[in-house]
Amino acid sequence: MARSASSRRKLGMTLFAWAIGILIFFPVLWTVLTSFKTEAEAIASPPSFLLFDWTLENYVEVQERSNYFRHFWNSVVISLGSTVLGLVIAIPAAWSMAFVPAKRTKDVLMWMLSTKMLPPVGVLIPIYLIFRNLGLLDTVGGLVIVLMLINLPIIIWMLFTYFREIPGEILEAARMDGAGLKAEIIHVLTPMAVPGIASTMLLNIILAWNEAFWTLNLTAAKAAPLTAFIASYSSPEGLFYAKLSAASTMAIAPILILGWFSQKQLVRGLTFGAVK
Amino acid sequence: MATAHSRSAARLMISPAVLLLLGWMAIPLSMTIYFSFQRYNLLMPGTNEFIGFLNYRFFLTDPAFFAALINTLVLVGGVLVITIVGGVLLALLLDQPMWGQGIVRILVIAPFFVMPTVSALVWKNMFMNPVNGLFANIAKGLGLQPFDFLGQAPLASIILIVAWQWLPFATLILLTALQSLDSEQLEAAEMDGASPVRRFFHIMLPHLARAITVVVLIQTIFLLSVFAEILVTTNGGPGYATTNITYLVYAQSLLQFDVGGGSAGGVVAVILANIVAIFLMRMIGKNLDV
Repeated sequence: MARSASSRRKLGMTLFAWAIGILIFFPVLWTVLTSFKTEAEAIASPPSFLLFDWTLENYVEVQERSNYFRHFWNSVVISLGSTVLGLVIAIPAAWSMAFVPAKRTKDVLMWMLSTKMLPPVGVLIPIYLIFRNLGLLDTVGGLVIVLMLINLPIIIWMLFTYFREIPGEILEAARMDGAGLKAEIIHVLTPMAVPGIASTMLLNIILAWNEAFWTLNLTAAKAAPLTAFIASYSSPEGLFYAKLSAASTMAIAPILILGWFSQKQLVRGLTFGAVK
Repeated sequence: MATAHSRSAARLMISPAVLLLLGWMAIPLSMTIYFSFQRYNLLMPGTNEFIGFLNYRFFLTDPAFFAALINTLVLVGGVLVITIVGGVLLALLLDQPMWGQGIVRILVIAPFFVMPTVSALVWKNMFMNPVNGLFANIAKGLGLQPFDFLGQAPLASIILIVAWQWLPFATLILLTALQSLDSEQLEAAEMDGASPVRRFFHIMLPHLARAITVVVLIQTIFLLSVFAEILVTTNGGPGYATTNITYLVYAQSLLQFDVGGGSAGGVVAVILANIVAIFLMRMIGKNLDV
């Protein structure tokens, strides 16, 4: 009796939760579906949900009309480049703060975090003018540098919280066995640090891919990543729903997939370890 | 344990990051402050001069500033209320036993990974458009007059779009916090005959308080800088109806080329963000034992 009540409750919860989940997901689902419709079907009233002639022509046309893959490639280079560059700078810093903490380590960490609190618009003009004078406006390299800098505090913090969980006794044991600093890093720390570095990398690629303040303000046609390219659809071109959907689907698909893998790290990374 | 040698090595390893962040923060910020005291317009080169607080006076007495300040507060407040209330409810729901919990969770967090320009454009055109949007279609199907969301209620529409993007973040963090709750405590309360409502208000909510504070502070930092959603949906209009501080500074400096006035606005934005940041930093710092 009690069991059937609880399994009925579970069934009810399941149906309710699925309905809410699909409702929240619906805009994404609708975008993906519309990308396979013809333009006429995309604005048909009443709209068809699944029973339409599925077509891939929007994907072909988006590429042909606007050189889509150039912007896609820009996004890949900018998000990967800024992440790798950030890791190269952050790993030594986080490593030393986690394993050789000094009196002021906490202050340094908090100060690094405070740079993340700076609203981008507060430094928009100087960065814009510096970029203009150095010829960095609308270049992929310039964006790699800016995105690396804005995400560097998050990278350092995330790595720090992971590194801190590596037990110090292991290091001491390695030192007792006569391992030098180099051997210590290669054989002991690296294998233990790799999962943390991988999750940091994943989260940072997502953040860089979706960044939409600097990418919109510092790029034009040439170096525009997908965020800026899609924004160009805000002109009347956005009324071509099927093509807008195809461009959008390709822009969000890779990150949706990466994001679903990084759910757990997301919480730790974005709350700077305040919630784990 | 740490020798002098390893300590200096540590300092060496940390210095590139410190120098870069110091440069990133100090150089542009001091330039912004410097420009804010200058008459400096890119369209009128060579007329730069020191004008004291005049830019601040113009910026702060401009009716647009007051409108933008109110819009910023409404935008941040509206999104916070929706995401916190919705996030607590969703976290409670996702914490219940059900089939396919993992899949529901994936569906719920998906909006967070959609880039801001895509979500703004999809909502603007495919859902909120008064002629061809899905909402208009549904309204017509029900025999109702389609509603022009971004024309009639522009700020509310932007709040809806931004809240949709941030709801997953709040949900995920609150769910993580909820799952760390000691289940024995809940069971004990249940045995003592505490109703679900009492259990929520007396055990769960106090436990979630800390996570809620973290969500509020972090979201506020990001929400003060909402930009792309406004740029691609309304361009700050109609009038100043959807202009927030960030957008106002952008428009003043990069559309009107008034570097001095824009810089003064930038400094104001930094001060506003700092007020929030101080509280956030204190919370995170308390949790950090080095």
